[in-house]
Amino acid sequence: MNGEINGSLNMIGYGLAAIGPGVGIGLIFAAYINGVARQPEARGVLQGIAILGFALAEALAIIGIGLAFVLS
Amino acid sequence: MHLVNVASRLAAAEGEEEFHAPGPADFEFPPLFGEGTFFTKPMLIIVLGTLLIGALFYVAARRASLVPHKGQFVGESVYGFVRNSIVGDTIGREGRKFVPYLTTLFCFIAVLNVAGIIPVLQLPATSKIAIPLFLALISWAIFNYVGIRRHGFLGYFKAMMFPPGLPKPIYVLLAPLEFFSTVIIRPITLTLRLTLNMFAGHLVLLLTVLGGEYLLVEKGGALAVLSIVPFAFSIILTFFEAFVQVLQAYVFVLLSALYIAGALADEH
Repeated sequence: MNGEINGSLNMIGYGLAAIGPGVGIGLIFAAYINGVARQPEARGVLQGIAILGFALAEALAIIGIGLAFVLS
Repeated sequence: MHLVNVASRLAAAEGEEEFHAPGPADFEFPPLFGEGTFFTKPMLIIVLGTLLIGALFYVAARRASLVPHKGQFVGESVYGFVRNSIVGDTIGREGRKFVPYLTTLFCFIAVLNVAGIIPVLQLPATSKIAIPLFLALISWAIFNYVGIRRHGFLGYFKAMMFPPGLPKPIYVLLAPLEFFSTVIIRPITLTLRLTLNMFAGHLVLLLTVLGGEYLLVEKGGALAVLSIVPFAFSIILTFFEAFVQVLQAYVFVLLSALYIAGALADEH
């Protein structure tokens, strides 16, 4: 232990790449919660849209982890 | 990576086992019945899952009555969920004929995913990319086929690439982008989303369990007490994984239904 760090740089890259989708998913669910709070009866409709948006934003993070493992 | 190997070899020489983080190698399985055979664990899970779904819907459809028995209730709940919550909200009444396919898809993906948290099996078969890839290709073929049948070959691509009501120069940019995203990107993201969600989830579960086991068995002493933390996390994450697995099956089917709805729609 003389201050050296081992591991894959890919994972740092993945960590950085996951920031964007993380913020995006947060915004999507924030909007969903807002919508349901303002209009509780629209919950059913909003839920599908929210999960759809979540899936699309999450795809970026998922592609990131795929590339982190593939490009080693 | 070289440094890690050297360090682990040194540690092994000193008699203390180095912790090996789980990686993609943990998803490679040898044949179940010895060398030379082809039947591996993911295949076993597919066979078992198919038999389970077949049995469920056989029981559900046999002696169907107005007052449903238990099996019929389960089958009708799943079918009703796909028909009302997924197809009803996306395609509408016209989507009735896609409900059997989408229900089968949902059950198949959900069962193969949930195999990841069932003891003994403990592998989401969908983390092998071949399975989601093939399912995505079936969905891709279906939505393109119904789109071409509805609008004609040229009409389908015209509706896809040239949505009306935009200034002309925009189409130079938009048309290739729409084509690329619809025909090429859609099946790829469907595949990768499902595969890598299952892959990453399984990896995290492996990490918590193996980490706890390492602290308990290899390190021992005071560190053995700390193994409670990763084990507790493995239990919490198992429940989280159960949620993610069903959610991903839902997302895959929802997106398939949306793509079909988009192909059927008159105006994009």
